[in-house]
Amino acid sequence: MSNIVTDVVCPFCGTLCDDLEVELSEDGTKILNVYNACAIGAAKFLHSQASDRLTRPRMRQEDGSWKEVSYEDAIEYTANLLENARKPLMYGWSSTSCDAQGVGSELGELTGGMMDNTATVCHGSTLIAVQDVGVPGCTLGEVRNRADRIVFWGCNPAHAHPRHMSRYSIYPRGFFTGKGSKSRKMYVVDPRKTDSANMADVHLQIEQGRDYELLDALRVALKGEWLPDAVAGIPKKQIYELAESLKEGRFSVIFFGMGLTHTLGKNHNIDAAISLTRDLNDYTKASIMPMRGHYNVTGSGQVWGWQFGYPFCVDLSRGFARYNPGETSSNDLLSRGEVDAVFVLGSDPGAHFPMSSNKVIAKLPSVAIDPHITPTTAICKLHVPVAFVGVEVGGCAYRMDNVPIETRKVVDPPEGMMTDEEFLAAVVVRVKELQEA
Amino acid sequence: MAEYLIKNGFVFDPITGINGDKADIAIKGGKIVSSSELTKATEIDASGMTVMAGGVDVHAHVAGPKVNVGRNFRPEDKLFGATPKSKFERMGAGFSVPTTFRTAYIYAKMGYGFGIEAAMPPLYARHTHEEMRDTPIIDQGALPVFGNNWFVLEYLKNHEIENTAAYIAWLLRMTKGFGIKNVNPGGTEAWAWGMNCVEITDKVPYFDISPAQIVKGLIEANEYLRLPHCMHIHGNKLGEPGNYETTIDTLKLAEGIKANNDFGREQVLHNTHLQFHSYGGENYSSKGFRSASKEVMKYVNSVDNITFDTGIVTLDETTTMTADGPFEHHLSHMNNLKWANTDVELETAAGVVPFIYGKNTFIAVAQWAVGIELALLCNDAMRCHITTDAPNAGPLFRYPRVWSWLLSAKARDDLLADAKYGEKVRNACYIGELDREYTLMDLAKSTRAGPAKALGLSHMFGGLANGLEGDVVVYPFNPETQSLSNDYMDVEKAFSNCKYMVKGGELIVKDGEIISNGNKRTFWVNAKTNENKDVAHDITEKFKRYYTVTENNYEVNEKHFVANPYVIEVDATQ
Repeated sequence: MSNIVTDVVCPFCGTLCDDLEVELSEDGTKILNVYNACAIGAAKFLHSQASDRLTRPRMRQEDGSWKEVSYEDAIEYTANLLENARKPLMYGWSSTSCDAQGVGSELGELTGGMMDNTATVCHGSTLIAVQDVGVPGCTLGEVRNRADRIVFWGCNPAHAHPRHMSRYSIYPRGFFTGKGSKSRKMYVVDPRKTDSANMADVHLQIEQGRDYELLDALRVALKGEWLPDAVAGIPKKQIYELAESLKEGRFSVIFFGMGLTHTLGKNHNIDAAISLTRDLNDYTKASIMPMRGHYNVTGSGQVWGWQFGYPFCVDLSRGFARYNPGETSSNDLLSRGEVDAVFVLGSDPGAHFPMSSNKVIAKLPSVAIDPHITPTTAICKLHVPVAFVGVEVGGCAYRMDNVPIETRKVVDPPEGMMTDEEFLAAVVVRVKELQEA
Repeated sequence: MAEYLIKNGFVFDPITGINGDKADIAIKGGKIVSSSELTKATEIDASGMTVMAGGVDVHAHVAGPKVNVGRNFRPEDKLFGATPKSKFERMGAGFSVPTTFRTAYIYAKMGYGFGIEAAMPPLYARHTHEEMRDTPIIDQGALPVFGNNWFVLEYLKNHEIENTAAYIAWLLRMTKGFGIKNVNPGGTEAWAWGMNCVEITDKVPYFDISPAQIVKGLIEANEYLRLPHCMHIHGNKLGEPGNYETTIDTLKLAEGIKANNDFGREQVLHNTHLQFHSYGGENYSSKGFRSASKEVMKYVNSVDNITFDTGIVTLDETTTMTADGPFEHHLSHMNNLKWANTDVELETAAGVVPFIYGKNTFIAVAQWAVGIELALLCNDAMRCHITTDAPNAGPLFRYPRVWSWLLSAKARDDLLADAKYGEKVRNACYIGELDREYTLMDLAKSTRAGPAKALGLSHMFGGLANGLEGDVVVYPFNPETQSLSNDYMDVEKAFSNCKYMVKGGELIVKDGEIISNGNKRTFWVNAKTNENKDVAHDITEKFKRYYTVTENNYEVNEKHFVANPYVIEVDATQ
């Protein structure tokens, strides 16, 4: 008989699908197959089974080679690194559970860390825009059950959130959307002809970096006011048509991604997109939602929200929590040479930060806590592999619509491996000992 | 566990009837005991000070998704007054929406031992519990919202009380919830289409049920389940001038329904933040607005099956947050500040908008007056619970200032004299004709014994009788030498920062400082009902077709999420 675990939560992207089925070997120790998941999600589960996986920490030697060390040594190194630093950067936190994030906060308070998560290079501009103008949103089930106008702006769910359209936004037959995709009109605003754009009813191929203008033009069009012949490369007729369509819809939703958050205008683009959504609510019902990337970047912002009051860029170095993105954001800190140690957990700045920032990381005392070998581990002094959250240990994660779901443990981690929460807790204990000594 | 003898304080406790006399309070094994039972007690000298049971908060928004929206989207709320980490305290921040740790310290320093989180969206229950887990010291419970839930709307449309009750019992188990919250019945579901229900006879789009049917049905289901707390309502038309008639109509829905429970609760309806529901007139101007507190209280005083809390405006810049989605949208158009909204599939919605109750505007001071009037006009302090609907009408830490307004007519007169439109407020409201001043006994009723009873927790909290929880607070206020009337600023100061606070038998505050993070518990209600296959079938269907999480991923895992659970078992199988 096959050994299948159901209702498994996928620890990959912010879509946080919770309907995966994982087939295990009869003794329950090996993952054989993953059903319902997208290719990326399935790969994450299967990758945990790799035979060449690291199971013990390793320390970089003077000659550049790695030497295996014990978890005790790793705890000692990390505790001393944080305790000796005046201003350690503690970055990442997006691919781990809220439980580990909570212990991380305690560690940050003890050592005066500069706490930042991957929003800093992702939807941080969204968080800032929300602080400017708020955000009318909804859960993904509202989209599934009610939405009849879907706009994907500067995002490509077909590749980045592969099951988003089938689970929530385009195909499902919801309560008031009984005809599935036929109940909905799909718009894609993107300078590229992406696979998502190819699926859309209408693709507005906007000129790159002109999002703010087009969003503003839509606000003008909503009011039926004058527009020039074309804005951002889109003919005015199409702009009026989109505005009219969003108004006529019973429930309109705008999903947006990096194409809006990290192109010219950044948080101001999001301001405009949110304001457009707000305007739409004077005519019909409308929501807007960021397509969050890491499966628990949202949770990291939530945990820090209730513990410190800020969703990212939290400066704990002065003994109380302070927030000033631009000053307390990771890349600004690195580029100014303001931090003297780097601690990375559940993220990969080596792959996502500018080369100039990574050069700084490479010169500092540093530790990366990550199950994988990554570009980040390649530039850190200590690499601590840990169990996979959502595969080998459970814990809470927040979906892109802030809905918290408890991820499941499917198999045991390789013998003797620590979870990131256990590792952090051990470092907290050691730091307290060092501080009391 | 340590023993304490709190000696020589002026004790105010409606449960034992001690009214300002000097008495000793003994605590052993976490409970109040008679002092003869003590063997080696630590003595706490409370001479010249006021002693009361730990406070019980019936309604505040302190944990959960919308509270966290309020924190994360208002960095300006934390510009001043962040508190550093210390030996016993974690870092804290936030004026109107404090961080969880700070919430706990505020409660403890004001002498509170128990608080209800007033609105928990079921789908976000994990989030609420994660925040409560990070709110040390105080015991908490959370009320899931039901008034716009699809199951409830479908069952109550046909008045299926048994099915409604079975569903509610199931949901309380899934979310580890404490009781039934009902926010803008029907109106929030209408809001999913951008609409609202403003009268209790309006029909909810598609579901074709009226708010009146929802309110009455939920009261009946509540009594069917014999829950400790009653149906807790925020009615339709909140904040609208002239809404008092809707309010009275809503209250009248409880007529003829008797409380059915084993917890000593006598009421079947709790109307929260009644201030926002007691407006006359037709607009917010000094010419168009009037208080209708008298009309509402005339009705409340005439019946005995209703409790309420005040929701008194504190005249601060604050953050409003409610599951009344359409109201927050409306509010954002009034003040044009930022607006956050979340609609929750099949269940509810919530909105968050910052708000400034300006002392130099007419309407804010008039709102302040309406709330004060309700408390002064109520002839039974046990049924009138003092809140600010924190943070909606004012921040949590302002409770003691609110008390000072009730304890001192001079405090109210001074405020009105100082307010730009004080005279106009006197004309439009009843505040000027009320010279009643609360006594400390009234205060003990309305902030302790009363809410404890309404929550069905009078067997644990709200008094100083032997056997109750060892929650005792000592305030540095001497009722013999200091005047409640004249020294109202001292009252606020003393009640904001108690001298000692014992929670569950453990000393938490000593000389005004937090010295322990206590042993926080989370209360939830497990109601046993007969097996109901129809409801089980409906639940499975809805999860298959309309929810975006699976049925198996819905339940809040008690072991993982609920801090130190305290389960109240209720048997509704008969």
